[in-house]
Amino acid sequence: MHPLLFWIFAGMMLLFAALVVLHRSPVASALSLVVSFLALAALFVSLDAFFLGVIQVLVYAGAVMVLFLFIIMLLDLKAEARRKINPVAFGGGLLVTAALAGIIAKMALSYPEGHRAAPALPAGAGDDVRHIGLLIFSEYHLPLQVIGCLVLAATIGVIVLSKKELH
Amino acid sequence: MGAPTLNDYLLVSGLLFAIGMAGVLLRRNILIIFMGLELMLNAANLSLVAFSRFHTSAAGLPDFNGQVLVFFIITVAAAEVAVGLAIIVALYRLRQTTHVEDINALKF
Repeated sequence: MHPLLFWIFAGMMLLFAALVVLHRSPVASALSLVVSFLALAALFVSLDAFFLGVIQVLVYAGAVMVLFLFIIMLLDLKAEARRKINPVAFGGGLLVTAALAGIIAKMALSYPEGHRAAPALPAGAGDDVRHIGLLIFSEYHLPLQVIGCLVLAATIGVIVLSKKELH
Repeated sequence: MGAPTLNDYLLVSGLLFAIGMAGVLLRRNILIIFMGLELMLNAANLSLVAFSRFHTSAAGLPDFNGQVLVFFIITVAAAEVAVGLAIIVALYRLRQTTHVEDINALKF
């Protein structure tokens, strides 16, 4: 992948992530989140993780965001009216976030092992689905079963929570 | 402009995490807070995939253990979104609001 594409997609991802936070309308926030996730999937592909890029588009940009939009429409949320914000809380949150971003940037840029480009993959190394599948069904088969139970429990929990009468 | 290094990916991932945290700390709409949580999860996924790609094995292949972890994280996050949104809907039925400052029954 061309190096310029990395910066284009990274910038797009960060820009639309910022729009998620800045927009007043929840629908606009959700749609910005879709674009941000699509750009993130492109970054996965730039790291030769094709399987995860596809999963990211299917699960996040597809299923999860449809769920978000469905809930926003179901609750019939309007853009929130401008409320009086607590300046101490807002300034505190901004300060914490800026400090975190600064510390992470300083650490990420000074990591001595990380000043090299990714080593080239051997020819015919694009079959990451096969490698991940082999790992999941051999070394990680117990976690896979546990995840299956978790998804089942989540499904039942959602049905119970969504019933009209909670008791 | 050279090829992106591991530090570039870590920087982008850290900034995405900070933006998600800003969404959680600064916004008062519970749905936007939830979207901020998703952004933070995805930032962690990006750094995991980057580490997996830059930590190659003896055969020159990426370390697929990291990618399997990302696969599991995506699965858990999808379940978490479903349950979280169901809780938000139940809360809305009870209180007709998604504004966290209106939900203060436990506040002293």
